[in-house]
Amino acid sequence: MDVTNVMAHVASSVDVTNILVEVAPRFEGYVYPNEASPEPLWGILIVIYPYITGLVAGAFIMASLVRVFRVQALEPVYRLSLLTALSFMLCATMPLLLHLGHPERCYEIMMTPHLTSPMAIFGFVYAWYLMAVLLLELWFDYRQDFVEWSQTEPGFRGMLYRALMLGVTDESEAAVKLDMKLGWIISIIGIPSAFLLHGYVGFIFGSIKANPWWGNVLMPIIFILSAMVSGIALCVLNYMVLTWVRRKKIDMRCLDMMAMFLFYALVIDAAVEGLDWIHRIYSAEEDFSVIRYVATEKLFYTLNIGQALMGTVLPLLMLGLNQVVRKRLSDMARKRMYFASALMIVLGVFAMRWNVVIGGQLFSKSLRGFMSYKMQFIGMEGWLLGLVVLSIPFIILTVMIKLFLSERLPTAGHTPHPTPPSN
Amino acid sequence: MSQKLSRRNVLAKISAALAAACAAPAAQAAKATVQKVLVESGGAKGYDPTKHKWAMAIDASRCIGCGSCADACKKENHVPEGHYYRTWIERYVITKPKPGSDEARGEVLVDSPEGGMHGFGPCPVPKEELLQSFFVPKLCNLCLHSPCAQVCPVGATFDSPDGAVLVDRKYCIGCGFCIQACPYGCRFMSPVTHTAEKCTLCYHRITRGLKPACVEVCPVQARIFGDLKNPVPDDPLQTFYKNNRVQTLKPHLGTEPRVMYAGIDKEVR
Repeated sequence: MDVTNVMAHVASSVDVTNILVEVAPRFEGYVYPNEASPEPLWGILIVIYPYITGLVAGAFIMASLVRVFRVQALEPVYRLSLLTALSFMLCATMPLLLHLGHPERCYEIMMTPHLTSPMAIFGFVYAWYLMAVLLLELWFDYRQDFVEWSQTEPGFRGMLYRALMLGVTDESEAAVKLDMKLGWIISIIGIPSAFLLHGYVGFIFGSIKANPWWGNVLMPIIFILSAMVSGIALCVLNYMVLTWVRRKKIDMRCLDMMAMFLFYALVIDAAVEGLDWIHRIYSAEEDFSVIRYVATEKLFYTLNIGQALMGTVLPLLMLGLNQVVRKRLSDMARKRMYFASALMIVLGVFAMRWNVVIGGQLFSKSLRGFMSYKMQFIGMEGWLLGLVVLSIPFIILTVMIKLFLSERLPTAGHTPHPTPPSN
Repeated sequence: MSQKLSRRNVLAKISAALAAACAAPAAQAAKATVQKVLVESGGAKGYDPTKHKWAMAIDASRCIGCGSCADACKKENHVPEGHYYRTWIERYVITKPKPGSDEARGEVLVDSPEGGMHGFGPCPVPKEELLQSFFVPKLCNLCLHSPCAQVCPVGATFDSPDGAVLVDRKYCIGCGFCIQACPYGCRFMSPVTHTAEKCTLCYHRITRGLKPACVEVCPVQARIFGDLKNPVPDDPLQTFYKNNRVQTLKPHLGTEPRVMYAGIDKEVR
């Protein structure tokens, strides 16, 4: 093959992965003719969708620990977690829209929802969560600061804060108290809403009885628990990165507390996912041989290494060790272990979403054969677009931190939960 | 009292008239929508879906695997080239158990090259190792409780009163949920329209008194089609139900397929 040929091949080839690694045969055994497509129907975008919504729910629950459960040690990350939830929430529908065959008809989901469909209500759950929970809670929390900042900040920032004030300038003690009270009520409503948002995403998969990998009553619960784990882990990472960028000292009491909640959430998550597997292995139904093959062969790296070992066992050990001998470990050692655990969890939960979404499409519903998936680089379901979609919430978060968590701006300093006057 | 009552009566009458005035156009609009949908699905003008109940049955023991049905379906319905099929044929080859093994049967090999459209090649195992071989035509199972229609977020896929499960391609948003929900692999995402596609029982034909293309071309009457509401004398469907012990596919899923099979094996899923 001459050079131009090779160049042409490379230029026209969309699958870079093919050059880098050996590709498994596309089909093994028998798959229904309609399943014999080179790409699964739901690709990386549908992997990202539950990942992002999970991070939203998890980050919100993290913030609720402060407001509803009055975990005062976590106050330094309260606003950061809420802003994290908001930035990811704003992007939650993006992968869905990009993946639709007719995105221009997406409004039909809300205009004429088909009420027996688990997918039809997403628009409403999303709107409810974004409008009635996240934005409202943030607004009540920030309102007093917006009033202050609108007076001190010039230019664009001043205009922005003035606009966000929505014309409410009352800074009296009673008004601020009301803000806090309403924020608290919204937060209480927000917790079941966060469970609803992500449990619902789990139900989209759990309700598909045609697919034994998905059709599982535990699916919504597994999704919620892994969402909490990933959300808290993301907040740990965000907090550590932000303090590092700002050359600030990490509040170790706060970080230890986050790590503690992360550990307990991970224990419950691992227990429920373990229960799911014990049940599958013990009951060993018709589909078991297929499921076993997918878990041990097709998804060996992402499931056993990525999700189980890296995303669960190692963080459990590290975080667990910190629970037992925290006092004997130096701050630096703890910080490193927390960071490593959080990073592994965030990646491990991504692997979990991959395993659920892609794993369910690696075997034929005839239970007689397997498909392979080789992700492309370019294209709607390629990893370039996947990376772009995944990075957008981080870009939004950076902007939000600049605008609403700026070091230059003094905050009113009220605690985000109503505390008795004696405190 | 009487005055009050009469006022109430008047109010009731006015509101009833108002309700009727509001409901009449709504009902008309709904009817027009249904008719439009039926026309768009290729239904004949004046066809009343409530007066029919179409069903299909498969006598697998008759099927010779010629592939005419799959081929006819592709042509009749302009099914896109490639791995897209509204109907297809599977070949099951069951080998004898290995000598010395205490098993009843050997391996089960299944294939469906190009949906069986061009027939099948020679048997993949030598004659002396072969225990059984048979063909099974597959199509939309016309489920009574169709999971595809259940999960469609906008109701683009719907159960027509005449038993067909149809897709309104001008309404489908192309999310693919129905394709995931169909346990039988009968649906696909059309690369042309980017909407879900499936067997319509050749709706444009059956609403005009014709048989579906696959039934029409089957040389051995392995596919039996009829109208449960309007049985004809010596109705082939009724004869089939009378003479056969039937099975449906994946009955444990509770979808209650209305396509019934005779002469299939436990290996058929």
